[in-house]
Amino acid sequence: MADPTTTIDVALRDQPLDLDACYRFVQHSSCGGLCFFVGTIRDLNLGYPVTHLEFDAYDGMAVREMEKLAVAARDRFGLHAVALHHRKGDLAIGDVAVIVAVSSVHRAPAFEGCEWIIDELKKSVPIWKKEFRGDGSHWLNARP
Amino acid sequence: MDKLAPLIEHMKILCFGVAREIAGGPSLQLQDVAGKSVSELRTALLRQYPAFAELTGFAVARNEAYATDDEVIGQDDEVVIIPPVSGG
Repeated sequence: MADPTTTIDVALRDQPLDLDACYRFVQHSSCGGLCFFVGTIRDLNLGYPVTHLEFDAYDGMAVREMEKLAVAARDRFGLHAVALHHRKGDLAIGDVAVIVAVSSVHRAPAFEGCEWIIDELKKSVPIWKKEFRGDGSHWLNARP
Repeated sequence: MDKLAPLIEHMKILCFGVAREIAGGPSLQLQDVAGKSVSELRTALLRQYPAFAELTGFAVARNEAYATDDEVIGQDDEVVIIPPVSGG
């Protein structure tokens, strides 16, 4: 549950993510720009049809790393608020895997901060995707 | 326990993602890593589980934070193998 006294809201859950909740958390009367990135499961990767994905997470550290990123982005880009929600467990095609929501007085920091957070999340947050295809399954990025 | 028996301490190392498949379960045991550096743990891990060398790489986390190679592992630390991440 989002804490109204803070401007950071981080979540990692095995239930569908709530874009409206992220919107409500970051919107503020001082902010003229809200920016959202929604990452969804697509049906094709590198030319191969994908049936579904499994997300594994080291929960405690994943939440801590997401909090670090949200705070760093808020301070670096001068954002008002950041909501960063990630899904785990089994996801189907079209499901939402991640939501980045940010707000700022003007739009430029919102765009930049939102992009920075998702780029950094993909580098450092201990969450892993296993891709299932017709010909088998594998953990993404694991092997050269 | 016989006081004269050599004390071999096993430490439980948690595994996620592809590391879980290499370990054959959610954790693996390494001998005598407490008091050693993260770098020494890497060497011990690769000796016991050579398949980790086939990965793009892996990091080690200590108490829910990335650990550098020169950090020393304590007996009560939570140590985790972090294979290349792929969230988002």
